[in-house]
Amino acid sequence: MFLAAAIALFISMVLVLLRLYAGPSLYDRVLAVNSFGTLTVLLIAVMGFLNGRPDFLDIALLYALINFVGTIAILKFFRYRALGDVSQVPNSKGAKK
Amino acid sequence: MNWATILIDILSWVLILSGSAFVVIGAVGTLRFPDFWSRLHAASVSESAGMILLVAGMCLQSGLTLITVKLIIIGGFIFITGPTSTHAVSNAALTSGEKPDSDEGAAK
Amino acid sequence: MIIGFGIISAMISVYVVRRMDNAADADRLEVNLGVFATIAYWAWLMVEIAKANWAVTKLILSPSMPINRHMFRIPYTQKTDLGQAIFANSITLTPGTISVEVEEGEFLIHAVGYSEDDLDALADMDRRVTAIEKDSI
Repeated sequence: MFLAAAIALFISMVLVLLRLYAGPSLYDRVLAVNSFGTLTVLLIAVMGFLNGRPDFLDIALLYALINFVGTIAILKFFRYRALGDVSQVPNSKGAKK
Repeated sequence: MNWATILIDILSWVLILSGSAFVVIGAVGTLRFPDFWSRLHAASVSESAGMILLVAGMCLQSGLTLITVKLIIIGGFIFITGPTSTHAVSNAALTSGEKPDSDEGAAK
Repeated sequence: MIIGFGIISAMISVYVVRRMDNAADADRLEVNLGVFATIAYWAWLMVEIAKANWAVTKLILSPSMPINRHMFRIPYTQKTDLGQAIFANSITLTPGTISVEVEEGEFLIHAVGYSEDDLDALADMDRRVTAIEKDSI
């Protein structure tokens, strides 16, 4: 049963990778990376159950945290071309609102 | 093996298999939909339904242990951050000038 | 001894966070939600997510793909930031609708399977989110 779930997750990861390769715009690719990260978290958890070692859940939790922060960081970088304090950057449009 | 154990086993099977089905459906939708704005919706299918069903199935499988607590923490975190990152992606796309084409009235 | 280190570092971080409370910072989140109302709202939201998922699944799997993309605005009536965040997250969490932009008094929503019923459903969700905010703010 866990094998079926792992295979399904693997197939959908391959499909999302195809979208990542084919995506016409930048935001398609960011969306694909974010979705791939969520699928990876689930795959790590399922793999832990499949091997009978549920300690893998700690890794999955850490990956979920890093995935969210990474997506936000990528979006911020492409918007302002900087990761630090936005108000210090010349040529930035400043905060949106 | 009494009845309750078998019932919980069957229930968690059903949850995990349907969760896998939703994950695959979301990925297929990500590949099939024609433009960026509809792909967002397809990605959120595998992120909400598939994730909730898979985590619930694994919770039933592991019983009342520390593992269940960790699973609930992971599930709650993805439950909150998934919509947030979807909103961030769509908002960034909107401010960068990517206009969605609306086919209102062309409904078939 | 390692447990002792853990206790000491936990106490230090609690102390630092308590000190942060005293800083003159307007960026503060007030939590004013009724507990039982919130639990009832999550239960209702789960049913909504299931229904919306089924609709989007039918859209994806149908061969002709009868999508009807549309962008529209919906007003919100929540007073606090937390209520607005819960409403926007709920909109995005139900597949088929995504909150794209927050404007003065309304959200910009993108829908993939748009129909006239969506406006009523979202207004109903708006009422429910406003109901779980406590009035004593």
